[in-house]
Amino acid sequence: MTRILPAFTLVALFGPVAAGLVGTLLPAAGYLPAAGFHEPSAVAVARLAAWPGLIPASALSLGTGVLATSASLVIVVLIVAGWSGTRAFRWIERALSPLLSVPHAAAAFGIAFLIAPSGWIMRLAATPLGVTRPPDLLILGDPWGLAMTAGLVAKEVPFLLLMTLAALQQARPGEAAAIARSLGYGRVTGWLKTVFPLVYRQIRLPVYVVLAYSMSVVDVAMILGPSTPPTLSVQIVEWMGDPDLEMRLVAAAGALLQLLLVLGALVLWRAGEKLVARYGRRWAAGGARHPGDGPVRALGLGLTVLSAGAVLAGLAALAIWSVAGFWSFPDLLPESLTGRTWARHSGDLAEAAVDTMAIALIAALIALILTIGCLESEARRGTRLTPTGLWLLYLPLLLPQTAFLPGLQTLLLSAGADTGHAPVIAAHLVFVLPYVFFSLGDPWRAWDPRHGLAAAALGASPARVMLAVRLPMLLRPILTAAAVGVAVSVGQYLPTLLIGGGRVATLTTEAVALASGGDRRAIGAFALAQTGAALLPFALAIALPAMLWRNRAGLHV
Amino acid sequence: MSEGLRLADIRIALDGRQMIALDRAVRPGAVLTVMGPSGSGKSTLLAFLTGTLPPAFTARGRIVLDGRDVTDLPAHRRGIGILFQDHMLFPHLSVAGNLGFGARGGNRAQRRARIADALTEVGLEGFGDRDPATLSGGQRARVALMRTLLAMPRALLLDEPFSGLDANMRSSVRGLVLDHARRRGLPVVLVTHDAEDAEAAGGEIFRIGRI
Repeated sequence: MTRILPAFTLVALFGPVAAGLVGTLLPAAGYLPAAGFHEPSAVAVARLAAWPGLIPASALSLGTGVLATSASLVIVVLIVAGWSGTRAFRWIERALSPLLSVPHAAAAFGIAFLIAPSGWIMRLAATPLGVTRPPDLLILGDPWGLAMTAGLVAKEVPFLLLMTLAALQQARPGEAAAIARSLGYGRVTGWLKTVFPLVYRQIRLPVYVVLAYSMSVVDVAMILGPSTPPTLSVQIVEWMGDPDLEMRLVAAAGALLQLLLVLGALVLWRAGEKLVARYGRRWAAGGARHPGDGPVRALGLGLTVLSAGAVLAGLAALAIWSVAGFWSFPDLLPESLTGRTWARHSGDLAEAAVDTMAIALIAALIALILTIGCLESEARRGTRLTPTGLWLLYLPLLLPQTAFLPGLQTLLLSAGADTGHAPVIAAHLVFVLPYVFFSLGDPWRAWDPRHGLAAAALGASPARVMLAVRLPMLLRPILTAAAVGVAVSVGQYLPTLLIGGGRVATLTTEAVALASGGDRRAIGAFALAQTGAALLPFALAIALPAMLWRNRAGLHV
Repeated sequence: MSEGLRLADIRIALDGRQMIALDRAVRPGAVLTVMGPSGSGKSTLLAFLTGTLPPAFTARGRIVLDGRDVTDLPAHRRGIGILFQDHMLFPHLSVAGNLGFGARGGNRAQRRARIADALTEVGLEGFGDRDPATLSGGQRARVALMRTLLAMPRALLLDEPFSGLDANMRSSVRGLVLDHARRRGLPVVLVTHDAEDAEAAGGEIFRIGRI
C-alpha cells in the first residue's frame, strides 16, 4: 500500500492536469475533429487575435491579479509586523481563521451586497445625504476591476495570514524582532528587516498560488468583475459555453494565452522579489530605525479589520436578504422578515446541497486516504517531502484553472466519456488533495514515533499501530484536514461547471448562475447555504474530538 | 547457551565510522547496563535492538533471543518489551485500555481479570477507568511496566525509564521494574547515563562513547 498510494497520488494530481493541457493545446493548434478541424492550423490563434477585447481582457487579468496579490501581501505583512504577539493580534487570528473557508463566491456576493449602489454602505450614507434613490454609479463590475480586486483581497488576506503564521513557526525567528527593538528599531521596521526575509521564503509558494488564482478566477470575476470585456478567464468560459463548437478553438487559444500570462506574471513577480530583496538588504544595513511607526501600525490594523469586516458584514447582508420581505431604499433593514425565499427554493437548495456534500465528502475522503498513504510511506521509508515534492503538490494550484479545465472537458467529450459526478470528483481532487496534504502534513510528522515503537514492542503490527494508535491520536488534525478538503471542494466553481457538463448542480454553480439575474433574496439563500456547507464540517471537526476525547486530557490542545 | 538474550558481535557504523562494538550475553533475570553520555550512541543501540535503525547506519551482528535469531524481524515480532523515559501511555485510551492493548490472548473476562490483577500488583487497584494524563509520574511508570509485561515479552529494554522521576519515586520504581524482570526471568538491557541506576541494577556495565 505504501508504494501504491504515492503513485496514485501523482496520477490523481497530474492525470487531469496533463490531459487538460493536451486538450487545450490541440484545439489551440487548430485541431478539433469534433468541429471539423482535422489539420493543425493557426485558425484558433488568428481568431483570438482578431477579438477586439483581447488586450483589455489580458490587461485586466494581469492588473487585477498583481494588484490583489500585492495588496493582500502588504496587508498581511503590516498586520503581522505591527501586531504579532499582542492581544489584538490573537483576536484577529481567531476572527480570520473561519473566514478562510468561506467560499470565494459567497464572499464576493456579500461584498457586492455591501458596495452596490443600493447596497448597505450607500444606504448608510443616503439618509444623512438626503438621497432617496440608489445613485446611478457603476460600482459593481467597474471597468478597472477594482471591486473584483477588493473581493479577492478580502478572501486572500486570511489565506496568506494563516500561511504566514505557519511559516513563522518553521522559520524560528526567535528573538530577532526583540533584538531589533532593543537596538531602537520600531516594531514594524524591526520585523521587516529581521523576520520578513525568513518568513517570505516560506510563504513564497502560497503567494504564487494567490497570484495565479487571482489572475484567472472565474466566479469572483462573474460576480464583481467587469463585463465588456470581462476578464480573459470569464471570456474563455463564455466561449466554452457557446453552442458553436468552433468557438472552442478560440477558447483553447485563450486558455493557452491565460497560461502564458500567468507564467509571465510569475516570472515578473520573481524578478520583483529579487529587486525588493536587493533594495531591502541595503535598507536593512542602512540602520534607519523608524521608531515612530504608530500610523503604519494603525494602517495595518485598519486594513485588516476592513477586509475581515467586509466579509463578515457581507455574510450578514446575505443572511438578511435571504429572509427579507419588502426592503426599500434607503432603509437599513427590511420592513419585515419572511421565510418565503427559503421555502420557495427549498427543493433546489436541498438537491444542490446533497450533490455538493456528496462530491465534497468523496473528494475529501479520497484525498485523505492518498495523503495518509503518502505520509505513512514517508514515515516508513524514513524520507521527508523534498523541495521537488513540495513543488509538485503546489503545481496544480499554480496553473490557472482556465488553462486546463476547458481542455479536459473537450477531451472528455471527444473521447465520448460521460461528463458527470465521477469526472467532477476527479477534477475537484486536483485542488482538494494539495490542501488536505498541507493541512495534515505537519501534525502527522509531529507525532512522537515512540508511541508507534511502544505499540510495536507490545506486539502490534504496523497496520494495528496505524489504526489503533496513530489515527485515533491524530483524529483532530485528520478531521480538520477533511474539513479543509470539503471546504475547498464546496468552493469549486469552474471544475463543477465545465467537467459536470452543466448536469452537476452544486450550491456554488447554482449561486453563481444567479449572479446575472439579480434576485438578491435567492442569491442570499444560495450563497449562505454554500457558506454553511463549507463551515459546518469545521464545526464538526472541532466538536467531534472534543466529545470523543472529553476525558482524555492528553489529547486536548 | 540458548536461554536469554545474546548480542553477538554487534557493530554499528555511521558513514563508515564505527560507533558501537558489542558482544555480550544477558542471562534470564540478569541486567546489562549500557552507559554513556548523550550522543554516545545509546539510542542508536536501542534503535538497532528494536529494529528501527535509520537507513543511514550500517549494522552487523545478530540478536538472538532464547535461541531464536530476531535480528531481521520487525519490532512487533521480536518479543522485546520497551520502557521509555516518558512512559508513552496512549493518551486516547484509559489505563485499562492501555493495559488491554498490551495483553495477549484470552477471552473478555480473562483479559479483564488479568488487567485488574496487574493493577493490583502495582498498587493501582481501581485505576482502570482513569485517563492516563491524570496520573502521576510514578503511576504512569507502573502502568507502562504492567502494559509491557502483559504482552509477555522475552526480554526487556529500559530506555532511561527512571530519569523523569524524583529521587524517592525513582528508587522505588526502579526496584519494582528490576524485581519484576528478575522474577519473570527476563534478560534486561538498561540504557542510562546515571551511575546510581547502573549500580542499583547490579549487572555488568558496558560503557560506550567518550567518558
